[in-house]
Amino acid sequence: MTITLQIDGKEVKAESGVTVLEAARQAGVHIPTLCEHDRLMPYGVCRICCVEVEKKGRKRIVVSCGYPVENGLVVTTRSPRIDRIRKVLIELVAPTAMADGLLAGEMKKIATEYGADIHRFESRFTGKPIRCILCGKCVRYCDEVVGKQAIGFVGRGVDRRAVFFPEQARACLTCEACFNLCPTGKIAADTDFVVFDGFSVDDYSSGEL
Amino acid sequence: MTDMNDNRLSSAKQLETLRKTILSKRDAEKPIITVCTGTACQAYGSLEIYRRFVEELERQGVEGSVLETKSTGCHGFCEQGPVVVIFPREICYVRVQLDDVPEIVSTTVAGGDVIERLVYRDPNTQEAIPKESDIPFYKRQMRLVFGNNRYIDPREIDDYIALGGYAALSKALLRMTPGEVLEEIKESNLRGRGGGGFPAGLKWETTRDASTGSKYVIVNCDEGDPGAYMDRAIMEGNPHAVLEGLVIGAYAIGSHDGFVYVRQEYPIAYENTMNAIDQARDYGLLGSDILGSGFDFEVVVHRGAGAFVSGESTALMSAIEGKVGEPRMKYIRTAVSGVKGMPTCLNNVETWANVPLIIERGAGWFKSIGTEGSKGTKIFSLVGKVNNTGLVEVPMGMTLRQLIYDIGGGIPQGKKFKAVQTGGPSGGVLPEQYLDTPIDFDELTGLGSMMGSGGMVVMDEDTCMVDTARYFVSFCCDESCGQCIPCREGLRTLRDILTDICEGKGKGGDIEAIEDIAEVMEDASLCALGGTAANPVLTTLKYFRDEYEAHIKENRCPAEACKALTSYYVDPAKCSACMICLRACPTEAIHGEKGIVHWIDQEKCIKCTTCYEVCPTRFSAVRRLSGEPLPPPPAPGTKVTREKKR
Ligand SMILES: Cc1cc2nc3c(=O)[nH]c(=O)nc-3n(C[C@H](O)[C@H](O)[C@H](O)COP(=O)(O)O)c2cc1C
Repeated sequence: MTITLQIDGKEVKAESGVTVLEAARQAGVHIPTLCEHDRLMPYGVCRICCVEVEKKGRKRIVVSCGYPVENGLVVTTRSPRIDRIRKVLIELVAPTAMADGLLAGEMKKIATEYGADIHRFESRFTGKPIRCILCGKCVRYCDEVVGKQAIGFVGRGVDRRAVFFPEQARACLTCEACFNLCPTGKIAADTDFVVFDGFSVDDYSSGEL
Repeated sequence: MTDMNDNRLSSAKQLETLRKTILSKRDAEKPIITVCTGTACQAYGSLEIYRRFVEELERQGVEGSVLETKSTGCHGFCEQGPVVVIFPREICYVRVQLDDVPEIVSTTVAGGDVIERLVYRDPNTQEAIPKESDIPFYKRQMRLVFGNNRYIDPREIDDYIALGGYAALSKALLRMTPGEVLEEIKESNLRGRGGGGFPAGLKWETTRDASTGSKYVIVNCDEGDPGAYMDRAIMEGNPHAVLEGLVIGAYAIGSHDGFVYVRQEYPIAYENTMNAIDQARDYGLLGSDILGSGFDFEVVVHRGAGAFVSGESTALMSAIEGKVGEPRMKYIRTAVSGVKGMPTCLNNVETWANVPLIIERGAGWFKSIGTEGSKGTKIFSLVGKVNNTGLVEVPMGMTLRQLIYDIGGGIPQGKKFKAVQTGGPSGGVLPEQYLDTPIDFDELTGLGSMMGSGGMVVMDEDTCMVDTARYFVSFCCDESCGQCIPCREGLRTLRDILTDICEGKGKGGDIEAIEDIAEVMEDASLCALGGTAANPVLTTLKYFRDEYEAHIKENRCPAEACKALTSYYVDPAKCSACMICLRACPTEAIHGEKGIVHWIDQEKCIKCTTCYEVCPTRFSAVRRLSGEPLPPPPAPGTKVTREKKR
């Protein structure tokens, strides 16, 4: 069934069942994302793709990668409130995500576009820079698409980490499917070996990504 | 029907006959000795006390004069445990020790006399109060949900039935249609006791009206809020009340399968629930064709891993499905798509326990209690700097002041009240000016706090509000699942900023940064943990901004509580050189001798507050200083100058 909604003032038609993010893309409206991938189930943890939706006069913030379209829904993808959320989210995650004081890839683009001061909370940061924002793209791709569980999450709260399970490492040597998914550029290819942040599978022992 | 057996009740009449039979065996004149064996009293050894009573009655040859010795669930006055109450006179003994048992048996049970020594004394008036319901802590309460705990052995379904238990189920299944039951609950405006206060009837209706096919009902007994334990007390002490409510709800909704989700750390609640389910099934109050009504319902107990976040609805349902107990996006409500994608109605323990009361006495009765928007009672765990701590059940609309002063007996040691924290890590801190606020879902939310699950922590003048905010934020740092950026990174950054402020390392711009982060957490978090985790920070900032500023700008902690900003100092003009603090100091940081004024070596002082606490109040020579320079120590050998009071 086709329904009609409004995105940034434009009437947009979409198939019911698709998400607001998908509908926006079809309509040529760009919404930034970090944890979304078209072959993966919506996960909704980076929160960067948040938008404002209005229904029956009630406005609220939702993440567009998970929110299903509805007839008559009014969507705003940029507003001072949305822009501020995106800016502060990047500022908050930057100290964890940076490598050598720099952000890479999609993160860097979003930081520039939303005027995030990536050093804002740096002096307060007591954690360890892990060059990882826990978007779970690698974890979920490995699980959902490749059908393996060579990478997974451990720990909770501020100690949550994505780890690579060494006992599954052999599979990674020929797979390489999670390469180039990483928004911080942590996981990359290096000739025959899967390299996690400079460590090769063979000499990687602790398992922490 | 495979579970046919002799005990099955298959009509309302059979249930009523059973109740009369149970009562006829009980001589109302004979004493019943009840020993509280809730988790707190058990920790004080109440199980041994219970066993000693049984032995002692036999030893003294008076077991025939006693109807029964019962181990019950929690009565609520945990601070005074172990609690023993002897009915029908309701003689209440507090802080009972094993060695008191023979005397209680000979003097009170056999002799009928009260033992003054074991009776509760009002800390303010020193008056001895032998009767349990006369104790001020209980007197102002309205114990509708919680009150039966003291009459019931939770392992005996007959105790529950004797008090009219399962009569509401019988009424619902045999005399009401599912629609009528639903209407009654909607009409009562029962709101969820687990935190959000969502109207239970509306949630039931959504689940009922969602797609056809299997539906689930769940009891949420995860209770991860630090300091709250009313759900444990109900589940341990009166599990049948919760089960009865659950079956009634399932009937209204059209569900035949339920779960009770009990956190791992509640072994007694788990055991008592399992036992209650077996007993209820034996009587045909669970299983197929309940009470001959044709309605079938089964319930399974699921033990959770005891994480705070697992109490969140989507996380709890994932855990029940056998997955990791982490929240997920829920733009389709769990009432429509919950366990295995099926409509699922989740309610809190206390919410379910209210259901039989409403069905039995009617929505009109329930609505006569409480405020316009919040009906019935609410159980709170009253803790912190208050004389009487424990579980209290009060009608909605009672003011915070009545709860803290009339029931709680006020602040100990004549200290000044500073604030009350309601709602746990999602709630907020309210200052003195709001003490006359009626307890009500919407009133508390309006002030930036919330009812939450019912935690209530009282704080006195010695509590630092920045440190309080830091405590709750640190709790959530560990208890968040860590999936989404605003919650994980927001909490971490808030914690690090608040810790810096408490340590005198706050900077200009910190308050603005806190506000920025808090707002983004509220707007953008995946679940309500992150969405509300900044409330303790926002409310302390709203009501005690000057305390934040004092820390940041003047390096001063107004409560003189933050260690890094507070020094301990012996006032030479007041010191009597009595040696008390000197001897008590664990690091030998205090110098001096008899007749020679004491002084504290700041290098060695670990700021443990011992000297401050032990210095006799008639001297009050040890002072805490914050934000002001420390006077130099007295010249060596300075003699006492203080005039001795005659
Ligand atoms: C982090 C978090 C923890 C929660 N913990 C509990 C809990 O321990 N017990 C509970 O009943 N509800 C808890 N809730 C609320 C539940 O998600 C849900 O709203 C509630 O169980 C519904 O029941 P009620 O409507 O009867 O209150 C929690 C919510 C959040 C966000």
